[in-house]
Amino acid sequence: MAALLIEGSNGPWEIVIGLEVHAQVISRAKLFSGAATAFGADPNTQVSFVDAAMPGMLPVINRICVEQAVKTGVALDARINLTSVFDRKNYFYPDLPAGYQISQYQQPIVGRGTVTIDLKDGSSRTIGITRLHLEQDAGKSLHDIAPHASHVDLNRAGVALMEIVSEPDLRSPEEAGAYLKKVRSILRYIGTCDGNMEEGSLRCDANVSVRRPGDPLGTRCEIKNVNSIRFVQKAIEYEANRQVDILEGGGAIAQETRLFDSAKGETRTMRSKEEAHDYRYFPDPDLLPLVLDPAWVDQVRGSLPELPDPKKARFIADYGLSPYDAGVLVAEQASADYFEAVAKGRDAKAASNWITVELFGALNRLGLDIDRSPVSAAALGGLLDLMTDGTISGRLAKDVFAAMVESGKDAMTVVEEKGLRQVTDASAIETAVETIMAAEAAKVAEYRSGKDKLFGYFVGQVMRAMGGKANPQALNELLKRKLAG
Amino acid sequence: MASLTTLSIAGARDGLRAREFSALELTQAHLAAMAGARRLNAYITETPEHAISQAAESDARLARGEARPLEGIPLGIKDLFCTKGVLTTAGSHILDGFHPPYESTVTANLWRDGAVMLGKTNMDEFAMGSSNITSYYGPALSPWRRPGSAADLVPGGSSGGSAAAVAAGLCLGATGTDTGGSIRQPASFCGIVGLKPTYGRCSRLGIVAFASSLDQAGPLARNVRDCAILLRSMAGHDPLDSTSVDRPVPDYEAMMGRGAKGLRIGVPKQYRVDGMPSEIETLWRQGIDWLKAAGATVRDIDLPHTKYALPTYYIVAPAEASSNLARYDGVRYGLRVPGASIDEMYELTRAAGFGAEVKRRVMIGTYVLSAGYYDAYYLKAQQVRSLIARDFATAFESVDLVLAPTAPSAAFAIGEKMDDPIAMYLNDVFTVPANLAGLPAISVPAGLSADGLPLGLQLIGRAFEEDMVLAAAKTIEDAAGFSHGPGGAR
Repeated sequence: MAALLIEGSNGPWEIVIGLEVHAQVISRAKLFSGAATAFGADPNTQVSFVDAAMPGMLPVINRICVEQAVKTGVALDARINLTSVFDRKNYFYPDLPAGYQISQYQQPIVGRGTVTIDLKDGSSRTIGITRLHLEQDAGKSLHDIAPHASHVDLNRAGVALMEIVSEPDLRSPEEAGAYLKKVRSILRYIGTCDGNMEEGSLRCDANVSVRRPGDPLGTRCEIKNVNSIRFVQKAIEYEANRQVDILEGGGAIAQETRLFDSAKGETRTMRSKEEAHDYRYFPDPDLLPLVLDPAWVDQVRGSLPELPDPKKARFIADYGLSPYDAGVLVAEQASADYFEAVAKGRDAKAASNWITVELFGALNRLGLDIDRSPVSAAALGGLLDLMTDGTISGRLAKDVFAAMVESGKDAMTVVEEKGLRQVTDASAIETAVETIMAAEAAKVAEYRSGKDKLFGYFVGQVMRAMGGKANPQALNELLKRKLAG
Repeated sequence: MASLTTLSIAGARDGLRAREFSALELTQAHLAAMAGARRLNAYITETPEHAISQAAESDARLARGEARPLEGIPLGIKDLFCTKGVLTTAGSHILDGFHPPYESTVTANLWRDGAVMLGKTNMDEFAMGSSNITSYYGPALSPWRRPGSAADLVPGGSSGGSAAAVAAGLCLGATGTDTGGSIRQPASFCGIVGLKPTYGRCSRLGIVAFASSLDQAGPLARNVRDCAILLRSMAGHDPLDSTSVDRPVPDYEAMMGRGAKGLRIGVPKQYRVDGMPSEIETLWRQGIDWLKAAGATVRDIDLPHTKYALPTYYIVAPAEASSNLARYDGVRYGLRVPGASIDEMYELTRAAGFGAEVKRRVMIGTYVLSAGYYDAYYLKAQQVRSLIARDFATAFESVDLVLAPTAPSAAFAIGEKMDDPIAMYLNDVFTVPANLAGLPAISVPAGLSADGLPLGLQLIGRAFEEDMVLAAAKTIEDAAGFSHGPGGAR
């Protein structure tokens, strides 16, 4: 099951996990300035006077970023706070030009919500969302350009982030992974974050503690800035075991911030509680409280696309898919759309099987996203149609599909070019049957004397002679009649 | 013809349009005066080339009959306003060599209307002070002296350089900023008019921030009309300042003539503070009589939370300052003192770059925002601030304006009051409440102290009623007939 208990020497330990996801908002301009946000630009080419904290510069909120946060809040089934406040979080670091980050502390834009996670065994669990707030990203410090100096790139400074904080409701690395996948899936559906963990547009801090089942929460450690779902799971697993070892050894957990070393697969101390910053939060006097018009929030609410969970339920109800298959198909909007295009007017279960097994297998091998699939939904639909109308057999269809992946051509073209069209012409099949029967007269006699298991042998022989193109049903009928004599 | 440097802005405007003198002549007269008065240290940076080129353009426009509202009027600009390509220091060593690649909105508005920049005026470091002695560039001096004394007097602060320059004829008017009295108190000390507009009336964009929720730009000039003229150009909505207010800017000069007839004036009991010199009390009474004589009615009012204004201010302002000044870290601009680590670079840079008063306020501000102290200090101060604003709101239900002294004393000499920061902070006792409540307030010269130094009266109005503040100030100005200048009558 989902909750993973660590077996200790005197009984099991329960892992308690809360995640803080930092999701970079998709917007052309930064949260409080007009500078561009595109990833990968030359250092310090996307920096306004505001981003560089030049004297006298002032922040002005970007309406698009607010809309994105509200969209996300709605998609997380969360309370939208019509009044929220931006605060300054004060600390010194070279990639934080103003010496403070504009964030939201006591009054975030989004309050409590929920996310339903899907587990491997087909079960689901509801995880609480504590809050979502808007804040500025920091720049990047570059330490590898010169031996005795650090450089700063402020392109990222001031880009909008949504910090999505979960309740400590997760109980295993698997659940943490499922939570991250679901949050990422929702963000991508609504287009508020691209969810790209390698480029850092989605980052995760994990709060981990352990306890005896039923006990109050244990002391937690925060693992900072882990940059893949797999690493988050590994970090949690390592950290939970580390804590159990300490507790079983009679020690106590020190509340601290830790870093995950992905090369060594372990966490280590970054700073202790005593070294924790005093951020001296206070409301940013340069910004008025953010007040939203309820009618506008309703408008945003109405603009959301169908989200993964309702879509999954619909796929199960309308298409008769299994919860597992439905879950796989709705994980990405593009695969769900692909499925619906193929399934429309066709056998939905066949469509689902072809997509989840053959297509995903091929895309995996090629390392391609479904958006760049060499076989379009229309082309796969065409292949299914050729099977339905008897043009090709199911067995040949796999070969046709492989050729489609290879060439990008549609099914009919492949069938024609390779001469794979199924033979339903009775006289052609009859000729082949007669040839085989003539060549295998002894076996025919055996069959007729009662050894009817040989029927399959004759089917195989005829099929081989016809290059697999005989319509199996026509062949069966004809062969049965001829052998009967 | 009067000397070009003793003209009013209105008078210079008329003279330029009548071609009695050229903008270049007017500017050059001021540049010469500046050169002759460097002892006052009123300017940190003089910008003669800039001024001459702007004046030349003004003359061309005047010749074409295309004069703008402030065409050819030479001004001093407080060195807190960022001026594109021109050294901007905020009176601090930490902005060493800083030439902003942008212009503040307020100064851009002035240049749009044809004004000429003579230079950047001296000020207390980061506008923190009431005497101009905290400037890294040395104190600006008042052009005034006590009769028979050679002691140098402070011009007040933080806009001390602007006030000294206006009073000494080193510009026709100047910009200032007022966070707790930094326009009104130096205006009072130097015998000129200084107006702090409503919070949000002038854009803060491009003004080096001290305390963002209190800072407001305004004019200093030698009479009320000139302040009205300058404010009209300086004010206006700026979409790049989220706290600036989108309201039309009226023609203050035209509205100023309404006088005080029918106005209801409130005199706050709580402003009669212990130890206030009797000459201040007498001047205040005189002001009441002038307004009554002009047809106003006067009544006592209650502003019960007044006594908390100064402590509240000295929590809120340093708190915001401690955060606003975090950007001066030696990384991107201004002074950098190298260190072995980034933390050491920060420490050495800020230790060398900030003066004692700035450090004191950064430490106070850091303290009051710290975990465990926030609720007792910053949060409480914000609550008291709301009560102070409510006091005014209640008072303004029954009166139109509040009349009070500007400062509890006349200017003091360099060296006096210097050893005790608290005594220095008390200078702001009458000016700070208007900042906390965000209200417009003006200081207008009303008389001389027993030792011959100017004293100002202050009028505080409802938000965005600068027109009424100016009208009543004009009434006092006319009644007072204040014709004194440094070194005798102008």
